[in-house]
Amino acid sequence: MKHIAIGILGAAALGFVASAASAGTLDTVKQKGFLQCGVSTGLAGFSAPDDKGDWKGIDADFCRAVAAAVFGDASKVKFTPLSAKERFTALQSGEVDILSRNTTWTSNRDSALGLDFVGITYYDGQGFMINAKKLPGVNSALQLSGAAVCVQSGTTTELNLADYFKKNKMEYNPVVFEKLEEVNAAYDAGRCDAYTTDQSGLYGIRLTLSSPADHVVLPEIISKEPLGPAVRQGDDQWAHIARWTYFALLNAEEAGITQANVEEMKTSTDPNIQRLLGTEPDGKYGADLGLSNDWVVNIVKAVGNYGEMFERNVGSGSPLKIARGINALWTKGGLQYGPPVR
Amino acid sequence: MASQEILRGEPSRGSFINDPRIRSLFFQTLVVILLFSSIWWIVHNVIENLQRLHIASGFGFLKSRAGFDISDTPIAYTSDSTYFRALVVGLLNTIIIAAAGIVLATVVGFLIGIGRLSQNWLIRKICTVYVEIFRNIPPLLVIFFWYSGVLAVLPPPRESIHLPLGSFLNQRGFYLPRAVWGDGSWLIGVALLLAIAMAWFVAQRARQRQRATGQQFPVFWTSVALIVGLPVLAFLLSGMPLTFDFPKQSTFNLTGGFWIKPEFLSLLLALSFYTAAFIAEIVRAGIRGVSKGQTEAAAALGLRSGPILRLVVIPQAMRIVIPPLTSQYLNLTKNSSLAIAIGYPDLTATAGTVLNQTGQAVEGVFIMMIAYLVLSLVTSFVMNIVNARMALVER
Repeated sequence: MKHIAIGILGAAALGFVASAASAGTLDTVKQKGFLQCGVSTGLAGFSAPDDKGDWKGIDADFCRAVAAAVFGDASKVKFTPLSAKERFTALQSGEVDILSRNTTWTSNRDSALGLDFVGITYYDGQGFMINAKKLPGVNSALQLSGAAVCVQSGTTTELNLADYFKKNKMEYNPVVFEKLEEVNAAYDAGRCDAYTTDQSGLYGIRLTLSSPADHVVLPEIISKEPLGPAVRQGDDQWAHIARWTYFALLNAEEAGITQANVEEMKTSTDPNIQRLLGTEPDGKYGADLGLSNDWVVNIVKAVGNYGEMFERNVGSGSPLKIARGINALWTKGGLQYGPPVR
Repeated sequence: MASQEILRGEPSRGSFINDPRIRSLFFQTLVVILLFSSIWWIVHNVIENLQRLHIASGFGFLKSRAGFDISDTPIAYTSDSTYFRALVVGLLNTIIIAAAGIVLATVVGFLIGIGRLSQNWLIRKICTVYVEIFRNIPPLLVIFFWYSGVLAVLPPPRESIHLPLGSFLNQRGFYLPRAVWGDGSWLIGVALLLAIAMAWFVAQRARQRQRATGQQFPVFWTSVALIVGLPVLAFLLSGMPLTFDFPKQSTFNLTGGFWIKPEFLSLLLALSFYTAAFIAEIVRAGIRGVSKGQTEAAAALGLRSGPILRLVVIPQAMRIVIPPLTSQYLNLTKNSSLAIAIGYPDLTATAGTVLNQTGQAVEGVFIMMIAYLVLSLVTSFVMNIVNARMALVER
């Protein structure tokens, strides 16, 4: 009986240690010396490991940008691949410091889930992909009545799919998996007629199929999918750092600061650029955020500006070749708009 | 030793620190206090942390609209149904796979187990190989083997394999004609029930007669004749009110008929073949556990090998078999949660989706745990009743 008592005492003591008071995320991150970043289990263009095991993509680069802002060193990131189902719990429990995992910003996630979305790094919408070789004559999602549709569970995609077929009075047979690789494998094996997820994702997934040329993405976009990084609710300082890292990327593009010219730009006399790069005399915009004054220099040196990040990962510099579209800067007719650093 | 002294009611001697009753009481109280305070602490900790992290809590979400669809729905369910109904659908799917798996595993397990004791060398060796293969591979791999290795490589819907009796097999599943019962088919059901009742009655009378006179009556064949004959007669009398809905090719897939999806099929085959390996060993142990003297004594009384097996060996073997069999049934039920790997919407998968859509992980996991606990307790309750009936009745 004594052993049991000791066991219970031990378990209780362990529990107390586990619930030790949580300091601010910035301090915790600085203390451990790296940023723990939650990414997808492998979505080309957003977060996927390359042949050397390095994580590539917009979402992975965003974490590098935050690490560069905090440490001045973009390599101080550790990536945690998370399934759609695991992602929120991982962030809530503190397993990751930031969730940068092609996650749709919704009111429910912002409120009831204890998350805080910091911005929209990619404006997306849900679409459908089919195997045109096996299904000749299908060129609209409205012809999919009766189809088996592959979808990942626990996503907004799953809900939009149900709504879309209900609204259009069509029947379908959902084939639902928890992990992206399982959905990909099932679709590639022909278990379903159509694959639905965010359109950017469809282009990425198409590349990984056994014969990409056979598959087409249907024109319909059935939802708004604003994808962006999220942090835990209730830590304003950390949310500000993540949010302004995103804005800094946009402002750098707008000001024409690139990975290549950032050192020259430091000597610029344009007050706007001076404020951004921390070269304005007595300016302390970085310090106010809890960072160094040359935080934007560090970010741009590490990953470039938003435009460079986009083109490298999903745009013309990548196999995906997705056009900027609504993800262009506001000055070029897009929706990406960064509030000023001042 | 302490309890023995208490039982004997001997007065304690020496200092009260050494009094076994007081010591025992002290430690028991201590454990109870520690147990309850740690439970209280865990609950308190969870509630406090959920509030600190601004995460919604409580079970109110169960009444909200689910918004997602489920592929296998034994009861009416649409995306407009509630989360609660989604969970019920998941639970029913778990019960269906567990029940079907238990039946199939038992049948296969008994056949293999008896086969391992066969006089025939080949049958014996085949059964041994079966047991050694399936017992030593993790069930998840067996599931993947069926799903990705066998069913996924079948031809696509437009090149379905045509099987006899209007059934089809393709990578989307197995399609059977579905029986559609017309007017007057209730008569067949009534006839079936009547036949079962009559067969039971005949069996009772036959037993009484055998006890009284020693004369035997062919109960088995009479029952078969009744149970098959009466419904067939009723079917003919009511004007054959049966048509079949055959699966037909449509745009994307076969429609109509009765459709068994590959997720269900591979999970069922994997779980039952895996568990059957263990059941086979249990059955073999049970039969081996009946002393050889029993068989020899029965033979000496002039019984032939059939009745020896049926009347002497099996009743005694069942006593050894049933308790470990219960454990295997429970294992199968719990292993059915591996369904999530291939997307069969069982309780774990559905509750997981609910958990993710609502973000209420603590409540979601709690519901899952309670559901599996209740399911397992019911299974063991039923098996305990069976066990009690099989137990040796000492006269």
